[in-house]
Amino acid sequence: MYLRAGIDSLPRMNNARSALPGFAIAIAVLIAGLLLALTVGRYPISLGDLMAVLVAKLGGPRGDISPAVESVIWQVRGPRVMAAMLVGAALAVAGTAFQGLFRNPLVSPDILGASSGAALGAVLGIYLSLGVFAIQAIAFVGGLIAVGIVYVIGASVRSRDPILVLVLTGVVVGSLFGAGVGLVKYLADPYNQLPAMTFWLLGSLSATGVSDLLPLVGPVAIGAAVLIALRWRMNVMSLPEEEARALGVATGPLRIAIVAAATLVTSASVATAGIIGWVGLVVPHLARSLVGPDFARLLPAAAILGGGYLLLIDTLARTLAQVEIPLGILTAVIGTPFFIWLLASVQKNWS
Amino acid sequence: MIDRRALIAGLSAALVAPRVALGQTIKDAAGRTVAVPAKVSRVFPAGPPAAILLYTLAPDLLIGWARANRPEECAYMLPDICTRPEVGRITGRGNTANLETVLALKPDLILDVGSTSATFVSLADRVQEQTSIPYALLDGRFAGIAGTYRTLGTLIGRTEDAEKLARYAEDTLKTILGRIEPIAASERPKVYYARGPRGLSTGLGGSINVETIEMLGRNVAGETQGGLANVSIEQVLVWNPDVIVTIDQEFAATVRSDPSWAAVKAVRDNRIHLSPKMPFGWVDFPPSVNRLIGLWWLGKILYPERFPEDLQTLTADFYTRFYHVTPSSAQIDHVLAGRD
Repeated sequence: MYLRAGIDSLPRMNNARSALPGFAIAIAVLIAGLLLALTVGRYPISLGDLMAVLVAKLGGPRGDISPAVESVIWQVRGPRVMAAMLVGAALAVAGTAFQGLFRNPLVSPDILGASSGAALGAVLGIYLSLGVFAIQAIAFVGGLIAVGIVYVIGASVRSRDPILVLVLTGVVVGSLFGAGVGLVKYLADPYNQLPAMTFWLLGSLSATGVSDLLPLVGPVAIGAAVLIALRWRMNVMSLPEEEARALGVATGPLRIAIVAAATLVTSASVATAGIIGWVGLVVPHLARSLVGPDFARLLPAAAILGGGYLLLIDTLARTLAQVEIPLGILTAVIGTPFFIWLLASVQKNWS
Repeated sequence: MIDRRALIAGLSAALVAPRVALGQTIKDAAGRTVAVPAKVSRVFPAGPPAAILLYTLAPDLLIGWARANRPEECAYMLPDICTRPEVGRITGRGNTANLETVLALKPDLILDVGSTSATFVSLADRVQEQTSIPYALLDGRFAGIAGTYRTLGTLIGRTEDAEKLARYAEDTLKTILGRIEPIAASERPKVYYARGPRGLSTGLGGSINVETIEMLGRNVAGETQGGLANVSIEQVLVWNPDVIVTIDQEFAATVRSDPSWAAVKAVRDNRIHLSPKMPFGWVDFPPSVNRLIGLWWLGKILYPERFPEDLQTLTADFYTRFYHVTPSSAQIDHVLAGRD
């Protein structure tokens, strides 16, 4: 009761403004992205073909749909579109949670080393010539291990500012894992393994199939559900430590829950798609400008917007040229100008 | 000695193209002047292609390998040469050999085979200056292999052996290219070259990885020039290749049951071929003379009616001539199955 009252008495910056238009924009971006993504691609499929295939799937009459078109939609493009939305939403939600938790607008989901850990896992898997699923599994576990190490070290260092210690430990452990990646690449076979590692680290959804969705959906659903369930309390976490405690929130366990959930979704995304920067940094800010800083609205908005954003980026990545453009490159090209703008205007926007 | 010099000069003048300054120096493929050592008994290979080339011509001179060979690879090579130590490489994507180590090994010659672009020319000049050991940079392009053998033969004083291997390379290229010459470029089979466990990395036009494939067939990814790149399955479906050549065992094992590949013509026609790789790859890496036998293999895959030869016999002959060991027929079956 007390907790509820405490949270409700927090200043709501955008109470006056309704969040509805913001949500409408986010959903419009997602739907536009979805329609575009399903109808454009290297393999020409018209809107009519798409409808015919959907109708056939729903038990309607089978026209003369070619098996190739059907397989593109159900086996190739469909799973890829799903994966792009899931990964985008996951990274955006994790980024939003971390920016609130660390009270810093320049934080991204890999601040605690999830990406570096996953990268080391993946290059080790490639180095050992393992199969695709083993590589993804090691990458996933690598991300979890890296953040686990960071958290244990961060928690065991006594400090007045546990958040700062955690971030610094994340940076240091992340660079150690980065050195590990460099070492494995140095030792790798330059003809076969090294290109594979380079491609993996740049991030791509080009190989996504139906069988890739399950290992992605599970962790992302669990992590996102936890974060969304905690959305009210996250408002408190973005207050200074003493104030949050004064409001009766057990900051320690809550912080563990947020970090664990965000790490789960980040590691699963990185394991599936490789390293895709910027989404977790940029999308939370876009979402905040649409629906305001209240996490109850911000988290769902970031998820919808993140899904739409990565869907659009991935559609560009697979249609611009015969050759795939790595997602990490496209997101950076689009993300960098935004980041600079953010740096310039951070003073007035964030407080 | 005089006889040998005369022979070198004569052969070189006739075969290497001119420009051998009598006995003392030679122009390498980059146009650099390299002193011909008076006596060569130890050669340091700058990278895997150089090591393989030298092994085929003069295994006794090879100091070591850029990367240690695996025991299963040594089954197809002279055991005592194959197990020579790992000495690192001094070219390519990064030096792993220490120049002091190179000096301590006391080579008479450093041999590099590959790109003759400015990057590698300056690297060669610098290493030669620092070590005072002649550094020869030879042409690594597949079509230039005969010339490369002859230059190397002159450098190490093994012109007769070099001439045999050069002739074999020339004859092979001539025979194979001659047989497919009547087929118009647009009639040749469309080939997709698949790398990586998902089969979605491929070599673009002009890439060294598809050098032999582009010699015999149409590389579907050849419209875009470049090196290795990732593509989407959708793009492969649009290309709809007649034949898929791969180096990845996992991809070869799973592609037939993967629903997203089911509509590709090569998959429907069951024309997916896993490239042999023992002891060195047949189509792609390392980019050295090992790809010569792969040309026969590719020819038989793409034009079965034009290449009636028995691949067992050809393989045994090639391995005997170039790798100095005649494999048993069980071993050849193992190689042809594309296994490690």
